[in-house]
Amino acid sequence: MAMRNRAPGIVPGRLSDDDLAVNFGDLHPAYAAHEASVAADRCYFCHDAPCVTACPTGIDIPLFIREIQTGVPEAAARTIFDQNILGGMCARVCPTETLCEEACVRQAAEGKPVEIGRLQRYATDTLMRTGTHPFTRAAPTGKTVAVVGAGPAGLACAHRLALLGHDVVIHEARAKPGGLNEFGIAAYKSTDGFAAAEVDWLLKIGGIRIEPGQALGQGLTLDGLVAGFDAVFLSVGLAGVNALRAEGAAKAGVVPAVDFIAGLRQAQDLSTLPIGRDVVVIGGGMTAVDAAVQSRLLGAETVTMAYRRDQAAMGASQFEQDLAASKGVRLMFNVTPVSVHGNGSVAEVELAYTETRDGALVETGETVRLPADQVFVAIGQTLGDLPGGLDLDGGKIAVTGAGRTSVPGVWAGGDCASGGEDLTVTAVAEGRDAAMDIHSMLSA
Amino acid sequence: MADLTSDFVGIRSPNPFWLASAPPTDKEYNVRRAFEAGWGGVVWKTLGAEGPPIVNVNGPRYGVVHGADRRVLGLNNIELITDRPLEVNLEEIARVKADYPDRALVVSIMVPCEEAAWKAILPRVAETGADGIELNFGCPHGMSERGMGSAVGQVPEYIEMVTRWCKQHYDKPVIVKLTPNITDIRYPARAAKNGGADAVSLINTVSSITSVNLDTFSPEPSIDGKGSHGGYCGPAVKPIALNMVAEIARDPEMKGLPISGIGGVTTWRDAAEFMALGAGNVQVCTAAMTYGFKVVQEMIAGLSDWMNRNGHGTVSDVVGRAVPNVTDWQYLNLNYVAKAKIDQEACIKCGRCFAVCEDTSHQAIVMGPERVFEVDDAECVACNLCVDVCPVEDCISMVQVAPGEVDPRTGKTVDAAYGNWTMHPNNPLSKAAE
Ligand SMILES: Cc1cc2nc3c(=O)[nH]c(=O)nc-3n(C[C@H](O)[C@H](O)[C@H](O)COP(=O)(O)OP(=O)(O)OC[C@H]3O[C@@H](n4cnc5c(N)ncnc54)[C@H](O)[C@@H]3O)c2cc1C
Ligand SMILES: Cc1cc2nc3c(=O)[nH]c(=O)nc-3n(C[C@H](O)[C@H](O)[C@H](O)COP(=O)(O)O)c2cc1C
Ligand code: SF4
Repeated sequence: MAMRNRAPGIVPGRLSDDDLAVNFGDLHPAYAAHEASVAADRCYFCHDAPCVTACPTGIDIPLFIREIQTGVPEAAARTIFDQNILGGMCARVCPTETLCEEACVRQAAEGKPVEIGRLQRYATDTLMRTGTHPFTRAAPTGKTVAVVGAGPAGLACAHRLALLGHDVVIHEARAKPGGLNEFGIAAYKSTDGFAAAEVDWLLKIGGIRIEPGQALGQGLTLDGLVAGFDAVFLSVGLAGVNALRAEGAAKAGVVPAVDFIAGLRQAQDLSTLPIGRDVVVIGGGMTAVDAAVQSRLLGAETVTMAYRRDQAAMGASQFEQDLAASKGVRLMFNVTPVSVHGNGSVAEVELAYTETRDGALVETGETVRLPADQVFVAIGQTLGDLPGGLDLDGGKIAVTGAGRTSVPGVWAGGDCASGGEDLTVTAVAEGRDAAMDIHSMLSA
Repeated sequence: MADLTSDFVGIRSPNPFWLASAPPTDKEYNVRRAFEAGWGGVVWKTLGAEGPPIVNVNGPRYGVVHGADRRVLGLNNIELITDRPLEVNLEEIARVKADYPDRALVVSIMVPCEEAAWKAILPRVAETGADGIELNFGCPHGMSERGMGSAVGQVPEYIEMVTRWCKQHYDKPVIVKLTPNITDIRYPARAAKNGGADAVSLINTVSSITSVNLDTFSPEPSIDGKGSHGGYCGPAVKPIALNMVAEIARDPEMKGLPISGIGGVTTWRDAAEFMALGAGNVQVCTAAMTYGFKVVQEMIAGLSDWMNRNGHGTVSDVVGRAVPNVTDWQYLNLNYVAKAKIDQEACIKCGRCFAVCEDTSHQAIVMGPERVFEVDDAECVACNLCVDVCPVEDCISMVQVAPGEVDPRTGKTVDAAYGNWTMHPNNPLSKAAE
C-alpha cells in the first residue's frame, strides 16, 4: 500500500483514492462467461438437492446452474427470480458458507462447494444488464396493500403482490428505499450502486408506489393503515440498537456500528470519510465484522474486534472471521468492555477478561487497555418504537404461519418479525410468503 | 523395466506410439519435431498422385465437440489429403528417414483406383527408404466423391484388388487403413487380408456433423454459410474403434493379421486397451492436435509404469490379452448374479443414483431419512446405471451374489454352474432345455 496517513484521531483521507478503490472493490468478483461455465460444470444436478433445502427462498439451484451450463443465463435468472426477486443482492450478500454452499454435496466430498452465490450473480447480472423486467403483472384486482418499510422484506412482498395484480403503497421512513441493502450491507458486497439499481429494476413490475419520508408512528398509524388498505405488511427491520453499558460510554468517538456503516454506504467520496487510527469494535456478529473490516479498508492502523465469549460462540461465520483476519483485523475473544477512558473523546478502551463458570459468563478480574480513538458498538439491534396492539415474541413482532400478526389484516416479516435468521434472504422469503398469504386472503 | 520397443510387421520403433497420417505428419518440420518429442513412428500425411496439388477449403476445416471446461471430446474435419506437391513430400520423407533410421516412417497413399496410378507412385515411395506404406481407404469426405478413400474402403472387392496391386509393385509392408463407415468391419478387413495385406489399421474418421449454428442454421465448420459431412475423431470415437479392432482380432478368418489401432487414443491407458484388444501398436492424431507432440511422453511413461506394475515385460506380452474375453452376448453367463452396493462412508448424498434408478431403471434405490440411499436387492437387476452416474469413484459397486444364495428379486437360488442363453429354457432353440 502506497500511502497511509497515520495521524492520530478521527481523520479522513488515510489512504489514496487508488487504494480505496481497490479495497472497496467486489469481495466476490463477477465471473467472466468462461469461468461461469467451468463453475457450473461442477454441479452434479443432485436429486432433491440439499442446497435448495438450505436456501431460505428455495431457489431451484441445480436447474438454474444447468441453465447457465447450457448457455441460457437469462433463463437461469428467471428460475432464480421466480423464488427470490432480490436474487441479485442475495447472490452478493448471502453467507452462502452457512446456507446453500454448506449443503452442497461437493462441500462434503471435497470441502469445495459449487460456487452457487457467484453463479447466481452471473445469471442475475446477465438478465438485469438487459434492463428488462422478466415478469408481467396479472390483471388488476382492485385491492391495495400497505407495506411499511422498503427493505428486502417489504420489497419482496410488494413485488409479489404487484405481480398478482394488487396495488401496493410502500411507506418508508427514510428518503431512500432499500433498507439495509442500501444502508447496512458492507460496501464491498454491494458495489457500484447495485442496491439502488436493483430497486429501480424491481419496481419495473409496476403497481408499486414508494412514499419516502413516511414513518409508522410519526404521522402514520397502524389503525389508519388497517382502515385505509385491504391489508398491511410490516417490514420495518430493527431500527434500534443496544447501547454499550460501560463507564464513559457516552464519550465522543463511541458510536453504533450501524451508523458508521450507513454513513460509509452513503458517502459519495470515501476519501472524505473520517476514520480513527486505532479502532475498537465491540461485538462478534456480522455487523461487527463489517465495521471492523471496513475500518481497516479505510486505513485505520489497528482494528480490534472484542467479543465477550469464545470463538465458537461468535455469530460471524468462519468465512467472515477469516475475512476479518485476512484484512488485518485482530480478533479478541473472552473480553468485555468495562470502561471507556479519555478526556471528552475516547482514548482507550478497558476490557475485562471473561470466562464461563457454571454456564455463566463472568469477569476474571484481569483487564487490558487498548488505545482507541474510535469505538464501534455492534452488540445487537432492537425493534424500534412500534404502535401498540401487536403481540411481541422475544423482542420481535410475534407472527404465526406466513407472517400473520396478532392484529387481523396485518402481516409482518423480515428482521422485525419473530422466527428466522436476520438475513437478507430470510427477509425476502418472509416477504414473499406473506404476500402469498395476503393474496389468498384477498382472493377468498 | 518394461521394454516398449515395437516390431510391427517387421517395422521397428522404440515405442508403439505412431502419429497417424494427418496434419501432424504433413511435413518435414512437423515430423522432425515429433521424433524429437519421442514419437516412435509416423504415418506420413496421405500422398496423392502426381499432378496439380489438392485444393483444400480456405475457411475453417475443423468442428469440435466439447466436454466440461472446453475439453476436446471429438474433432471433425473436412480436410483432404496433402495439398503439397508430391515431389516435395517425397524429398522430405527421404531426408527425415535418413536422419531417423530408428523410427518408423510409413507413407500413406491414396491414388485413383487404377493399377497404373499405383504402379506409378509406388517405386517413387520405395526410393525414399520409407519403412512401408499405408493405403488410405478411409477418408470419408472430399476424396470419396472422386472415387477414392472410403469410396474404395466401402467396397471389399476394390480393397482386395488395390492391395494386390500394391503387394505386386512394392516389396515392403503394406498396411490397409479401414473406414468405419460400413456396417460390418470384418468384410473390408478380410478383403485386405485376401489381397495380401501385411496388416490393417483402423479406424479412419467417422462421417459426422458436429454441430449446427443456431443463429445461421449452418452446420459447423461453416464455410460461407454452408457445411458438409466431415470425419469425426478423438476420444468420442474410441469405443467405436475398440469394437472394430476387437471384431477383427477375434475373427477366426483373420487370425494372426496384425492390427494398428487408431481412434481416440489420448492417454497411455487408451493405448493399452487397444493393444489388449489385439492392436500391435497404436496411431494417434487428435490427442496430438489437441495437446501437441509432448503428450507422447505421458503415454510412454504411463504405459511402462503399468507394464512394470503388472509384470508385462514387452509390448507383445500385452497384445491380444483381452481378446479371449470378448464373446457374443449369447455366451455370457446368465447365472452370474450381482447387486449394486452403496458404500455409505463414501456416499456424498447427491441422489443421482436414486433419480436415475427411480425414473429410468428399476426403482431399486430407496431414499431414506437424512438422504441415506440404499439398494433394494429385491428390485435391483444390476444394470450398473447407478455406478455409471455416481460422481464418486468406487462408491457404488457391483457385488456378486454367491452361488447357493437366493436372489431376492427372482426368489431363485443362484446356480454355481455356467449357463448361457443357448442353454436357457426360455430360448426356443435351446439345446439344454428339457
Ligand atoms: C451491518 C449489517 C450487515 C449485514 N450484512 C448482511 C449480509 O452480508 N448478508 C445478509 O444476508 N444479511 C446481512 N445483514 C442483515 C440484513 O441486512 C437484514 O436481515 C435485512 O436487511 C432485513 O431486511 P428487512 O426488510 O427486514 O429490514 P431492513 O433492511 O432493516 O429494512 C427496514 C426498512 O424499514 C424502514 N423503517 C424502519 N422503521 C420504519 C417506520 N417506523 N416506518 C417506516 N419505515 C420504517 C427502514 O428505513 C428500512 O428501509 C446485515 C445487517 C447489518 C446491520
Ligand atoms: C484434420 C485431419 C486430417 C486427416 N487426414 C488424414 C489423411 O490424410 N489420411 C488418413 O489416412 N487419415 C487422415 N485422418 C485420420 C487420422 O489419421 C485418424 O485415423 C483419425 O483421426 C482417428 O484417430 P484419432 O482419434 O487419434 O484422431 C485425418 C484426421 C484429421 C483430424
Ligand atoms: S444397478 Fe440398476 S437396477 Fe440396480 S440399483 Fe443400480 S440403477 Fe437400479
